[in-house]
Amino acid sequence: MNSVVFIVIAILTLAAALAAATLPKLVHAALSFALSFVGVALFYFLLGAEFVGLVQVFVYVGAVAVLIVFTILLTRRGAEEEHGFHWSGALIGLAVFAGLTWAILRSSGLSAPAPTVAAVTVKRIGELLMTDYVWPLQCVGLILTAALVGAMVLVMEEKR
Amino acid sequence: MTITLQLFLLVSAALFCIGLLAALSRRHAIFILIGIEMMLAAAGLNFIAFWRFGPQPAPATGVMVTIFAIAIAAAEAAVGLALVIAVYRHYRTINVDQIDQLKG
Repeated sequence: MNSVVFIVIAILTLAAALAAATLPKLVHAALSFALSFVGVALFYFLLGAEFVGLVQVFVYVGAVAVLIVFTILLTRRGAEEEHGFHWSGALIGLAVFAGLTWAILRSSGLSAPAPTVAAVTVKRIGELLMTDYVWPLQCVGLILTAALVGAMVLVMEEKR
Repeated sequence: MTITLQLFLLVSAALFCIGLLAALSRRHAIFILIGIEMMLAAAGLNFIAFWRFGPQPAPATGVMVTIFAIAIAAAEAAVGLALVIAVYRHYRTINVDQIDQLKG
């Protein structure tokens, strides 16, 4: 793994995430959100999980970001652009980050180099989904169906 | 400099805390959802990093868990955004500080 690539992707991901968390304009924040998820997908590619990276791009950048932009456009009228910002949240975030960093830096055995690993092909993932993980796959199908129906019921106009 | 598991854990901890910051300090419902999605992505990054750097078993457990987590996060985003639209229709605002009634 190339360290320059790692640093570039890390800066891209974290800067875009910070922009998504702090920018006042909603549409700018949604686009930064999509950019930070592209960065996470690049991390997956770097780690050798190409299929997960592709799924991440399709699902988040393709579907969830578009859904967020749609919701912003549907709910914009009457909502003022400027909203409050609670600084206590930033304090809690910093405290949690300090705690996690302390725990990570104190743990031993985390600095071993990556072992060489046989690539996980899409064929292997498909085989696993149909054999070992068939029960979770069915549950996820049920959850997605329930979410689809639930989302439609929630946004349906109430008849009075 | 070699890339170790520690660096990946630090990056995903930072991503998690940025998501926590967005979920706790913004007053806009869509930003809270964005923060939750970021925290889920940080967890997925941790799964993949531990899978890649761990001793290599035959099944690709980290990959499978991350795929299922992404699917469930997509369902959560769809329902959450539908809730945001429903709340907006009712209250004409999505500032979570102003949505403080239990009675519909």
